[in-house]
This record gives sequence, structure tokens and C-alpha cells, in this order.
Amino acid sequence: MSHGNMNLTLKVWKQKNKNERGRFETYQAKGISPDMSFLEMFDVVNEGLINEGKEPIAFDHDCREGICGMCSMYINGRPHGPKEGITTCQLHMRSFKDGDTIVVEPWRSAAFPVIKDLVVDRSSFDRIMAAGGFVSVNTGNAKDANNILIPKDDADTAFNAAACIGCGACVAACKNASAMLFVSAKVSQLALLPQGKIEAKNRVLNMVKQMDEEGFGNCTNTGACEAECPKEISLENIARMNREYLGASLT
Amino acid sequence: MASSPKLNAKIPEGVLENKWTKYRSTVHLVNPANKRSLEVIVVGSGLAGASAAASLAEMGYKVKVLCFQDSPRRAHSIAAQGGINAAKNYQNDGDSIYRLFYDTIKGGDYRAREANVHRLAEVSGNIIDQCVAQGVPFAREYGGTLSNRSFGGTQVQRTFYAAGQTGQQLLLGAYSALQRQVGMGAVQLLARHEMMDIVKIDGKCRGIIARDLVTGKLERHFGHAVLLCTGGYGNVFYLSTNAMGSNVTAIWKAHKKGAFFGNPCYTQIHPTCIPVSGDHQSKLTLMSESLRNDGRIWVPKKQGDTRKPTEIPEEERDYYLERRYPAFGNLVPRDVASRAAKERCDAGYGVGASKMAVYLDFAANTERYGKIQATKLNLHNPSKEEIMRLGKEVVKEKYGNLFDMYKQITGEDPYELPMRIYPAVHYTMGGLWVDYNLMTTVEGLYALGEANFSDHGANRLGASALMQGLADGYFVIPYTIGEYLSEEIRTKAIPTDHEAFVKAEAEVQERISKLMNIKGTKSVDHFHKRLGKIMWDKCGMARNKEGLNWAIAEIRKLKEEFWKDVRVPGEANELNPELEKAHRVADFIELGELMCIDALDRNESCGGHFREEYQTEEGEALRDDEKYAYVAAWEFKNEGSFELHKEELKYENIKIAARSYK
Repeated sequence: MSHGNMNLTLKVWKQKNKNERGRFETYQAKGISPDMSFLEMFDVVNEGLINEGKEPIAFDHDCREGICGMCSMYINGRPHGPKEGITTCQLHMRSFKDGDTIVVEPWRSAAFPVIKDLVVDRSSFDRIMAAGGFVSVNTGNAKDANNILIPKDDADTAFNAAACIGCGACVAACKNASAMLFVSAKVSQLALLPQGKIEAKNRVLNMVKQMDEEGFGNCTNTGACEAECPKEISLENIARMNREYLGASLT
Repeated sequence: MASSPKLNAKIPEGVLENKWTKYRSTVHLVNPANKRSLEVIVVGSGLAGASAAASLAEMGYKVKVLCFQDSPRRAHSIAAQGGINAAKNYQNDGDSIYRLFYDTIKGGDYRAREANVHRLAEVSGNIIDQCVAQGVPFAREYGGTLSNRSFGGTQVQRTFYAAGQTGQQLLLGAYSALQRQVGMGAVQLLARHEMMDIVKIDGKCRGIIARDLVTGKLERHFGHAVLLCTGGYGNVFYLSTNAMGSNVTAIWKAHKKGAFFGNPCYTQIHPTCIPVSGDHQSKLTLMSESLRNDGRIWVPKKQGDTRKPTEIPEEERDYYLERRYPAFGNLVPRDVASRAAKERCDAGYGVGASKMAVYLDFAANTERYGKIQATKLNLHNPSKEEIMRLGKEVVKEKYGNLFDMYKQITGEDPYELPMRIYPAVHYTMGGLWVDYNLMTTVEGLYALGEANFSDHGANRLGASALMQGLADGYFVIPYTIGEYLSEEIRTKAIPTDHEAFVKAEAEVQERISKLMNIKGTKSVDHFHKRLGKIMWDKCGMARNKEGLNWAIAEIRKLKEEFWKDVRVPGEANELNPELEKAHRVADFIELGELMCIDALDRNESCGGHFREEYQTEEGEALRDDEKYAYVAAWEFKNEGSFELHKEELKYENIKIAARSYK
């Protein structure tokens, strides 16, 4: 079935599982419409592969509206592709030209081992969250919500940090595979709010400790993470986390 | 009409306002020492699942959580945009628990249970308190208090929100609470795991069979109780606003093992979604209902008008919702707004290339906001451009992420041109039948959130899904599960080499082998798309007897063809997304048939269920309360055969009336 008239060449990372060696494979994507999302283009390629009796390309995706954080393709050397401020599922084929060759890889980081093809294991992020990314409040303990007044600017800054979708693009973009932007976004959100201040010291120490144990690299303030983040999480969060960490380490 | 003897809703006695308080204070308890040896399996990690798992673990139960995604934070609750309702009356506009209760019953077209809905309204305020305590960054006013906005079907401002990402922030709050318990060892997390079946022993649910999606290995998990928090089944239509992975498999498997399915045909078609752009489309994207606070919906007064929207003068536009429903205007409930859009498009007034769209226009309110800003800033005689620039800043703060998303998908700038929108499948009010305790007709098996049928009747109001998911998880199940588990304290953990586990696993294994060995010629998506088209055409926004009968016959043929000709590539013992989809689509096909059977059986129109034979002269839904004021709970007999049981709906506190938003 033809959808449009763009024809593209894809060089895609294929890897059977985490133990076997991977390699690039070349696929032709034919009859692509500029209105398709990048993932819909992959759907068309996969449908073609299935019809030819070949195995389709495995990739992570779910909500396809840029919020779940599941899609994770490294496209032409950039996490989530060439456009800023969007995830792969929100990247549309009108951002490419007919005849283009597109290279697609999984996130590359020792802390994100490849499971298959473009699918990686990001459970390290869940473990960092389990180490301290919360306010210790049991269900039923809360007082009336408007008893906690929060200046609008603080609430807005906390919200901007909380907008992180945990996709891991920051790690994939970083030459050191550092997870500082991800961790600092949660540390900042909670440190900015009165509810989170009580545990702020332990939180930052525990989350950073877990981050180090997971094998993420160090931050050298290059800023690639901020540039590639689909939710445009600010580097200021890293600065804030460093202040929090220093403060917590000294007391 | 009397309710079927097989359906005991267990609604507590007493006056409505006191039912929950009294019940909560008298429900059986489990002492802390016993809780440590009671195991609960939670399937799904969205708002209902994550909140239930975290709360139960805090109480001391041993909890296991499964999700098919790579992390619990990805569950589709994350995508909810507009907000969450709560009867806080912070705006001093006359809101109350009773009013939220009343709006929800009326919004559901008088097809929901009074006691459940009242409980939901009662705990709604606690949810906001809990989320704020967790650090959820809701929108705030300059004085530091929480901000509210309006949603459809209400005349008060009771919706709390975090820009257009309320679901994300609430889910991350629940996920944080869950991860805290994971870190303490109170919850075992099994990500990339899918439930394949439930296991019953002596009539009680005692565990599940799950598939590790990375290795393909089947696993047996014991639980004293199992909670299905697996969301809705809108993907039966192929195209919907659901995530690609959202599926019916967990509740369908439970249904086939004895859990009755309540009101399967009640589907919510959301009025404001980005229209379909071509046959490559894999999903539809919602534009939050909150946009109807500031967006006016219109079509040209002339049929087939091809002018650009900005070139059509004011007097040649038909603001049909404001015209038909002056009291609620653009904020009528979703079912009403969707049908009105379909009516205009079917009559030839649609816009855009496909003519299957209407305009959602922000120009008037952008100008209004601009003028207010200009006054605030003491600008005298501002130019029109200045006003619009200031207005756009306000609109951007309210809806920026939604406008960006729209632009990204359509290539058009909604700050300059009105959005084009059309209704799309969004939510399913139907789900597993549950009693007041949220227990299904299988003892020990519960359904929470969108997976159950309980609170929204035939149509859900905007911003009430988040409320229900969190109510069930944080504030209902922690109490009601005690009623069952207090009787289970003597039940030791059952070893998973019990014959019931062995048999259930063998059945799952057999089905996997069958799917892998068909080696047919057509992909899973091929069948899914065909099913979706049948469902959308015949069991979508408008239904009729002839169409439903045709659909049932077509679905049966499709099922036969699927099991003969589907092609599942790869191996079963590895990550295999096609195999995952094949399982889900096989279940969707069976569900589709039941939805059509239910829609055919309900000879009335109510909420999201619109039977063309039953409408008023003005085209409004026409209920038949004499014959259909009941919950349709379907029992699975054998393949393609279902028996109907009725739970009578009694309205003792609300006068049942024709629903009017005029």
C-alpha cells in the first residue's frame, strides 16, 4: 500500500539480544508520506518486512504523543532526531527529504544495555527514583492542600523540572553518559517545594549514590543534555543539584 | 425489575451521605502482623495501580506490581492532559460533594450507581491533599493557593491542573510513592511483564500467569488477592487516543474465567482530537477538553465552504454548540459535543481537506485576555496587534504544550489559525463488573480505575478519570480489601506447583504455540485495522440494529480468518512485539463481538451509546428508564456465547430526568 512519495534509505542497528554482537542493516522505506510520524514510517517498514517473511525491527514506543518517554531512537547522531524539543514519536517525516539516508541507533550507554535492536534497558532510572525520588508521605497523612501556600514562581519552576519524561535522551546525548540532568530534575522539583525540603539532604545524597552505582558517567558541563532534551529541562537544575549536594555533604 | 441473584453489589445500608463513612469504620481489619504474610498482586501501574500498590505496601501487605512497559512511569495515565476534579469549593462558586455527585450521575446519563459516585465525590478532596503532599506541582495563583478551571458538564470551577500535563504529574506522584516502597523492599516490581491469565483455586483467584516480555518465559505468581488496574479497551477501535500498548487482555482473560463484564458498549468518543490525516495513521491525538474553556467551536454556515477560516466573517459562522445549548455552550459533556460535530459534518458543513473536522477557535478569547492584560499593564489605547500579542502570551501559559503538539502534528500554527478537530475514541466507561468493594464476580479478583465499570455510567465527565483512578487506589481499596483479606489470614501462600497453576500455564503455552505456528500471510496490524473499521463504522458514535447485526457476523468471520492466517514472525522465547500484539488483538476481536451484542441489546440511547432508532426530534439521546435503568453484566459461557445479568439501578437521592444542557 502506498501512502506518499518519499523514498528513504535506513541504516538501522540490529542486535538479537544483549549478549550477541549487533550490526547495521540497510532497509528501504518506500512510499512514505510527509505527514507520517517517524514511528509510523517504521510501522510501514515493519509491515513490509513481515509481508516478506522477515523479522521486523524492535523499538520501544507507547503513547505516541510525546509524554510517556518510551520511544528512544538515536537518529542521525542525535537522540530523538534533528528537531529540538520533541520526542521521536512527534518527529514527522516532513522534517526529512526524499532520498535521504537516515541512521538509527539505540541509546548508547553502559547503564542502558541493549535488549534487542533499538530497545534498551532503562531500569537504572527506576532504581535511582527508588533511592530517593519521593516525599515520604503515606496515604492519608495529608492536610488540606491550600494549607501549603507556594509562591507561583516556585511552583512553576518545580513544574518545569517535573516535566521530565525519563526517556534517557540526556544520557544518550552526553559524551560521558551522565544522568545528571535526569537526577537533577527530580532533586530540583522536590527541593523547590516546601513538601520536599524536609528530606532534601538525604534525597540528593541517596539519588547521586545510586546514580554512581549504576555506572553513569560524570558531568563535565558540556550541556548536550539540555540541548537534546525533548522537554527542554534546564541545566540550571544541575547547578541547583550541585548546590544541594554540596550543602548536604558539608553538614 | 429485580437484580440478578448472581450480582450482589454489597451497597451498605443507610442514608447516602453516611454509607461510606459508616462502612469504612466498620469494615473488617487485618492486623499488622497478618498483613505481612498476605500477598497482593497488582497488574498495571497507572494511577489506579500505582496508588493502590503504594498504599497497600505502606499498610504492610506484600505487594507485587507488573507492567508491560519498561517502567511503571510509562502507564497511559501519563498522557491525561486537562485535569482532575475535586469538590473543594476553593473558588467559592457553590461547589459541594453533592454537586459533584449530581453532575457525575447526570453526566453519566443516569446509568451509574448512586453509592459509588457519592463515595467518589466524598474522597475527591483527599486526593488533591495527598497529591500536594507528595510534591505534585499543580498550577497556582499569585497568592500561592491552588488554581482551578472549568470542564464540560459542570458550571463550577473544580478542576485542578498542571498545565496540560496533569496526568503526568499525578502519575509521577503515584510512581514516586510506588518507587519508595520498591526501595524499601515492600513492593516487588516486574516491568516488561504481561499478565496472560488468572489462576483460580476453589473458585477464588489465587494468582496469575505472566510472560516476561524480554525472555518470553512464562512465570507463575501467587497472590491472596489480584488487582487488575489495566485501563480501558479503546484500542478495540484500532485508532484511539490510547497508547499503542493499551489492551483488554488482562480483563478479558478474567472475564473468560468468570468475571462479568459490565456495560461493554459504553465508549467515550472525545470531541476534540486531531483529525485523521491518512491511512498510515497509528493513533489519534487528543487536544484537551480544557481548550473548550477558551476555544469556540464553529463551522461555516454555508455547506462546502472552501474559504480559509480567517476569511469567513463572523456572521457567516455557526457556533453550533452555543446555538443549540445556550446554558452550557462549548462546555457541554463530551458525548453531546461529539454527536453535534458528527451531525454538522454529516450534513456537509465539515472543514479541512477531509471535510470531517470542525474549527476550535481561540481568536475571541485571545483578544479578551489581551485586553485584560493591557488594562493590568496600564496600556492606554493599545493597538489590535499589541492586544493579540499580550493575549497569545496568556493562552501560551495555559495551553502552550497542547498548541505545540498540534503544530508539530498538523504543520499549522493554532495561534494564527483555528484548530481543526474531530471526535475520536478516548475512554471506555464499561469494564469488569465490581461490587462496592471493587471485587469482581470472581472472589479475590478486583478491578480498579478504567478497568472497572463503576462510576461513570454511560458517559464520563472530563477530569473524572484521574479522580476515579486515584480514588480507587488511594482511598477505596485500602479499606475494602480488608473485608476479603481478613478472612484469608489462615490461607498460607499456595506453592505455584499446584495443579491449577500448572494447568493455567499449559493453556497459555498452548495458545502461544498456536499463534506462532499459524504462519499465515497477514500481519497482526492488518487484522487489527479491519476490526477497528468494523467497530468504528457500526459500534462507534452512532449505532443501529442492522449495522450491529452485520458487525457481529463480520467479527466472527474475522476471528476465524485471524486464527487461520495471521503471521507472527520471530520466536516465542525472546522479545517479540508482534507476538505481544497478536495476543492482544485476538482478545480485542472477542471483545468487539461482545460490545456489539451489548449495544444491540440496549434498545435506547444513553450517554456515549447512541442508537439511531432512539432519539428525540432534535437529535438528542432518548433513554428508556422503564426498561433499561440497569447495568448490563455479561457472563462468558463459551466462545461467542454470553449470558446477560442485570443489576437494577435505583435512584433514591436524585430525581431521574431527561438530561438537558440547553
